[in-house]
Amino acid sequence: MYTLPSKLKITAIILMVVGLIGLVIGFLDAPDNVEEVKEMMAAQSHHGEEAEHDEATANMNEEGYIETAGRGIKGSDATQEVDHPVAGEGAHEADSEAHYEHLLHQLQTKPWSALFVSAFFFFMIALGALVFYAIQYAAQAGWSPVLFRVIEGITAYLLPGSIIVFLIVIFAGTHFFPWQNEELVAEDKILQLKSGYLNFPFFLIRAIIYVLGWNLYRFFARKYSDRQEEVAANDYRPYRKLFKASVGFLVFFIITESLMSWDWFMSMTPHWYSTLFAWYIFASLFVSAITVIAMVTVYLKKGGYIPFVNDSHLHDLAKFMFAFSIFWTYLWFGQFMLIWYANIPEEVTYFTMRIENYNLLFFGMLILNFVFPILLLMNSDYKRVPLFVLIAGTIILIGHYIDIFLLVMPSTVGPNWYFGLPEFGGLLFFLGLFIIVVGSGLGKLKLLPKNNPFLKESEHYHY
Amino acid sequence: MSSHYEAPIREPLVTGDKSYHDVSVEIAAPIEGRANKSWWIVFSIALVAFLWGLGCIIYTVSTGIGVWGLNKTIGWAWDITNFVWWVGIGHAGTLISAVLLLFRQKWRMAVNRSAEAMTIFAVVQAGLFPIIHMGRPWLAYWVLPIPNQFGSLWVNFNSPLLWDVFAISTYLSVSLVFWWTGLLPDFAMIRDRATKPFQKKIYTLLSFGWSGRVKDWQRFEEVSLVLAGLATPLVLSVHTIVSFDFATSVVPGWHSTIFPPYFVAGAIFSGFAMVQTLLLIMRKVVNLEDYITVLHIEYMNKVIILTGGIVSVAYITEFFIGWYSGSPYENYTYLSWGAATGPYWWAFWALITCNFIVPLSLWVKKLRRNIMWTFVVALIINTGMWFERFNIIVVDLSHGRTPSSWAMFSPTFVDIGVFIGTIGFFFVLFLLYARTFPVIAQAEVKTILKSSGEKYKKLRAEHGDE
Repeated sequence: MYTLPSKLKITAIILMVVGLIGLVIGFLDAPDNVEEVKEMMAAQSHHGEEAEHDEATANMNEEGYIETAGRGIKGSDATQEVDHPVAGEGAHEADSEAHYEHLLHQLQTKPWSALFVSAFFFFMIALGALVFYAIQYAAQAGWSPVLFRVIEGITAYLLPGSIIVFLIVIFAGTHFFPWQNEELVAEDKILQLKSGYLNFPFFLIRAIIYVLGWNLYRFFARKYSDRQEEVAANDYRPYRKLFKASVGFLVFFIITESLMSWDWFMSMTPHWYSTLFAWYIFASLFVSAITVIAMVTVYLKKGGYIPFVNDSHLHDLAKFMFAFSIFWTYLWFGQFMLIWYANIPEEVTYFTMRIENYNLLFFGMLILNFVFPILLLMNSDYKRVPLFVLIAGTIILIGHYIDIFLLVMPSTVGPNWYFGLPEFGGLLFFLGLFIIVVGSGLGKLKLLPKNNPFLKESEHYHY
Repeated sequence: MSSHYEAPIREPLVTGDKSYHDVSVEIAAPIEGRANKSWWIVFSIALVAFLWGLGCIIYTVSTGIGVWGLNKTIGWAWDITNFVWWVGIGHAGTLISAVLLLFRQKWRMAVNRSAEAMTIFAVVQAGLFPIIHMGRPWLAYWVLPIPNQFGSLWVNFNSPLLWDVFAISTYLSVSLVFWWTGLLPDFAMIRDRATKPFQKKIYTLLSFGWSGRVKDWQRFEEVSLVLAGLATPLVLSVHTIVSFDFATSVVPGWHSTIFPPYFVAGAIFSGFAMVQTLLLIMRKVVNLEDYITVLHIEYMNKVIILTGGIVSVAYITEFFIGWYSGSPYENYTYLSWGAATGPYWWAFWALITCNFIVPLSLWVKKLRRNIMWTFVVALIINTGMWFERFNIIVVDLSHGRTPSSWAMFSPTFVDIGVFIGTIGFFFVLFLLYARTFPVIAQAEVKTILKSSGEKYKKLRAEHGDE
């Protein structure tokens, strides 16, 4: 039996407290009105020279175009703005006023986005682990049953994690989802067209279905896997039920995951669309989850809690980390290259924003998510060394945090991003929560699942 | 690699009371025996179809592309449809031999050899189309970046059609090498059994002096694993590049980011359907029912369910995003309301029925273990996947951005003749293969006989498995 060491527990609590403080400060620091934004801007830039100001406004206009085309902030007809550039001093003033208004909105959104990035990052690890678990059952894998309890422990975070994410997307309102702004929709033909799908009641219902469905599977998976321990040997009825539930869950998941990605991420820029988007998010979710499974396995193995897990199991997990890092890159490239190649204005805005304002992060994550894993985990021997798995795992997790950061931030706060107190606070808070929930989740389980039909194969597994 | 222990819950992969010797004898039998009458009949039909197709190709090349049904709006139709269809079929072979090897699926061992053969022969058919659909195929060598006397005029590396050249040729060569290395121990077995001097000589040449030493086997396995590791990204990238032919364009319906993984899933889907079509007949004709069991068929049907499911999600995505984009041009793409009700409605509904509705029946365990039904579904999927490519290409092109250039397409007998010719050619090759090559990787099957053979599983059940 595993118990979360008190030292780790206290560390996690400290992380949560510090993180919470960071988040609260982030929310308090956000400006309340346009005047405050102007003060903040004045404090930041001590110039005030007219020429520079003009240049800044010109840049803002360009940003405005990218924003408008992708996100639909100021109405649908983005090209109109470009065709009729601001003429005269009066229009200039009005435009800069609108810009401050826009800036205010982005700065108010910033703590929300920081909260969401971290909340979703840790939630998706639990969800991805659940998918991995279901796949292992559906595929009747012979190597992994000794890891089932470890995975079940990680998925303990699904319930709190999914509720938090659910509450954030429901209450974020126009901070994340411009299509929830009725005034905006009234003057935007494209958003009106989409309102059959993008409307709040339907959005809410869908979110409830996803969260409910995922948690139900996790509930029944735990139930059946416990029952399998209680029944007589060679009675595999609970196992068969779990097998069927897993197959059903996978079908449910592939559909709800697509809808979730469109709802919670793609509709942040409601004018933009990409058919691959949902699968791309899946790749990120899946590889992060496998990485965490591997890292938790290494941790428990080191503590001596799972003596039945050997380095062949670790080798397999590391292979999955390696393979799905490449798979993620494949989808990243597929989406990016096709949009870059065709260069259709309404699509390319998504990447223009990211390359212009997030250049280092955008291309840097490729090194973290692709180059490092491929080099570190190519060698078969390295995949059996816990230290290598931990190093590669840490890099992969940082890379995919950045990936989620890049899904959200450019769409919500635009160019006004920095990695500050709320972002850091969110990360620490959810890390602490994740450690506590997963730790106590593991504490409730017997780490060796008895009676699983493939358990013996798994215990004797050697590659 | 894997231990000899196997969970009793797993069904046996080799049925009957087989010894190692039985495996050799039964797999060598078709090679050592003589072809029967029905083989000659089928072979003649395939040969005639091939020769007819060859005639159509010669006619096209010598007269001009105008003998096909293409028009100014629809510049690609049956040619590229067939190309993508054949490449897609080829993908299952690599999936079975490479991806399933990486996932340590023992059941692949009974089907990998024929699936790889199918890959090679399908890619050969596919490879014809990029050449013969050219207006000036005799200048085809210009696609290669060879230093030349035009001031070293080179190709433009920005075109997915050029990437196709590299993708397909690499795919064919790697598949061929992978297949052949796997064949070495099997050719050696035939060589060692051969009694006729001519046959002995041929298989001596083919088996490259394989003697089956420990060191050889060690390296053999290492090479297989490395090739499988290379072939897996290759198989994904090849059909991805084929999908780029469409997705990099700005044609409504073609420009879609989901194409790369969706084409790959579709390729595996259609490829497995073709493997089913071929193996269901082969196991019967060559008496291999003990090796290609109902369990194998069920497993392949499960792969079909999985990839068919992925393809269906992609259909839904395409349909949804087509609507969601709000672009009026997206209203006549191959998966849209316009396509479902427009002049190509029959092609749309053929696609939905064949690829989405009919394969759903495989969710029923009884049906996916039913050999006749599997065969029917496999044929339907092959048809459906042809329609998928036809729809993507022709339906999307027929109603482009400018209404004044909207057009319909109807094939001529030459279009159809060339397609029939490739089917004939494929079967000519496959039938010859089935008579001269060991159609099951006997060396590999022997490695699982004691862990997964019915006889040994029974022994373990009686005497305990310690």
